[in-house]
Amino acid sequence: MPARIEPLAITAISATSALGRGLAAHLDALRNGRGGLHANDFSCAPLACFIGRVDGVEDAPLPAEHAGWECRNNRLAWLGLQQDGLPGAIADAVSRHGAHRVALLLGTSTASIGDTELAYRRLDDGHFPADLRRPQIHTPHSLAAFVAAATGITGPALTISTACSSSAKVFASAERLLRLGLADAALVGGVDTLCDSVLFGFNSLDLVSQQPCRPFDTGRDGISIGEAAAFALLERAAAAPGAARLIGYGESSDAHHMSTPHPDARGALAALDDALARAGINADAVDYINLHGTATPKNDEVEAKVLSRFPAHTRASSTKGFTGHTLGAAGALEAVLSLLAIEHGCVPPSLGCSIPIPDAAPWLALQPEARPIDVALSNSFGFGGNNACLAFARAGVAT
Amino acid sequence: MSVALEVGATGIGAFVQGAPDWTRLREVLLGKQGLDPNAPAKPAAARLPAAERRRAPDGVRLAAEVAEQACAMAACDPATLPCVFASTHGEVGITDYVCTTLAAAPQEMSPTKFHNSVLNAPAGYWTIATGCTAASSAVSAYRRTLGAGLLEAAVLACSEDTPVLFAHGDVAAAGPLVDIMQIRALFGMALVLTPRPGGTRMRLALRPVDADPQIPESVLALQAVASDNPASAQALALLAALAHARPVHVDLPLSNGLSLDMEINA
Repeated sequence: MPARIEPLAITAISATSALGRGLAAHLDALRNGRGGLHANDFSCAPLACFIGRVDGVEDAPLPAEHAGWECRNNRLAWLGLQQDGLPGAIADAVSRHGAHRVALLLGTSTASIGDTELAYRRLDDGHFPADLRRPQIHTPHSLAAFVAAATGITGPALTISTACSSSAKVFASAERLLRLGLADAALVGGVDTLCDSVLFGFNSLDLVSQQPCRPFDTGRDGISIGEAAAFALLERAAAAPGAARLIGYGESSDAHHMSTPHPDARGALAALDDALARAGINADAVDYINLHGTATPKNDEVEAKVLSRFPAHTRASSTKGFTGHTLGAAGALEAVLSLLAIEHGCVPPSLGCSIPIPDAAPWLALQPEARPIDVALSNSFGFGGNNACLAFARAGVAT
Repeated sequence: MSVALEVGATGIGAFVQGAPDWTRLREVLLGKQGLDPNAPAKPAAARLPAAERRRAPDGVRLAAEVAEQACAMAACDPATLPCVFASTHGEVGITDYVCTTLAAAPQEMSPTKFHNSVLNAPAGYWTIATGCTAASSAVSAYRRTLGAGLLEAAVLACSEDTPVLFAHGDVAAAGPLVDIMQIRALFGMALVLTPRPGGTRMRLALRPVDADPQIPESVLALQAVASDNPASAQALALLAALAHARPVHVDLPLSNGLSLDMEINA
């Protein structure tokens, strides 16, 4: 078992998704059970499904000085970076610690592939058209390189791309950098955008529902794909005695299959055990779990097996019925939603679920619930059997 | 605050056209032999089960080959080894297939090719083939992928007090992506890094810089390799330092304000 870690302060958070721009829109939606999915109006060819699309990305070009980074994913990143006081919080961290003492760790699975797709649709005699001949966007690091340029952060910068666990794992990498003294703060997060690759790709695997997704419902039949930008600023606890805490994390591999989870939830349980060990708590201390809950038949069946480890008072939900599955951004987005749950004492419902599977029913919230939440977990699992579990706590909670 | 990480490289793997393993590439880097024109063009990737090897795209085979070499040299059981797979562009042959298919007939997307398109396909195939249940990751940082990936792996080794497998590689681009990415040949390398005594000692520190450090001349012997795979030039500089048994500095690009300054003590 890993050793307990020193909790880190989370000094700023932000979310932009189909629920709106900024934390207030997300909190309002979660409390009122108002989802953001609507019929697919995005893909270049018809595909009968529902999507979680961020309104207005098309009308929000990057500022002229960042035009070389122009693409849908970086536009969404820029929109996300303008919310919830992030510009001030980042500038403050840079001025207190120095730009090269702030690390930048971002997760993405799509990066800017949507604009690479666009270049292929507009090939000019077998070559990319002139306006898309910008190598820095046709690569997985497009997002983090753009955010480094846009924020002035000059510390260690890395893209983590492990499919749907990408932007959960950035919290773990940031904790290690801070623990070893290689950075004093870290901007972490995830940005993924809708594109044909993921819509038709997941469709080819028969994993896309024609309805809004129904996590943990007995009739669930697949995911709804969404897009999001979510960020968190991590610093040592002394920097912000009253801020919520990252108290633990776990990472594991299933060693089982590229696109289906281990039937006994082996990897999910290993990540959970490591997260609890690093936090120095046991399952009894957990008030809320934001489940991966993609609404595929297999994920939810397997993930429900994790819930039997928790006492009756632990509440659980998947928020993918609100936002869709935001893939590489899901880890960071759902970390932010878990932190909102702690701050405001609200358990989000598993929107879309009306008849929960029996293995999950005792823990699953079907309606918004108001109750104190001191400790929350967030699960994220990706292709290749790549698992992460994050643990957060209210400041001052004895863990 | 100046912090340095101390790790040892106990295993090294490499694959490039003409030098299919570290033994051969080391000889080439030391000037004792040239590249072998008869060497296999495709990595054997013997660790992958035959059925998986047939389905595995080039980047997975490359990563599995160099990872296997490094683990064998380090006498490490891969099942217990956390791993970090770094690549500038990932599986670009699949990217070309996906984008071509989407432009022509999106409903005909191959499900296998889609799940092979993720940057963590090598990590997925590797952990499945070796039964590795430890943490695995897939990372990228464009032209700074080697430095940023190596730092990630060394930080993991030192913070968790465990040996870590680090693999780095890129395969040849395809179709219109060749113009954009300028990668015409595959190149891969891997290291097993240990925080404990053993192996070739490496001291890693972050150094403030105004511009990315330049590739040293030590890789000029393999200029043809480096020009066909720009991502490999930095790796060749690092491998040349590991091949020459004498203390040497290698400075790798890391971020807009830092380089990864490596002091290697053979």
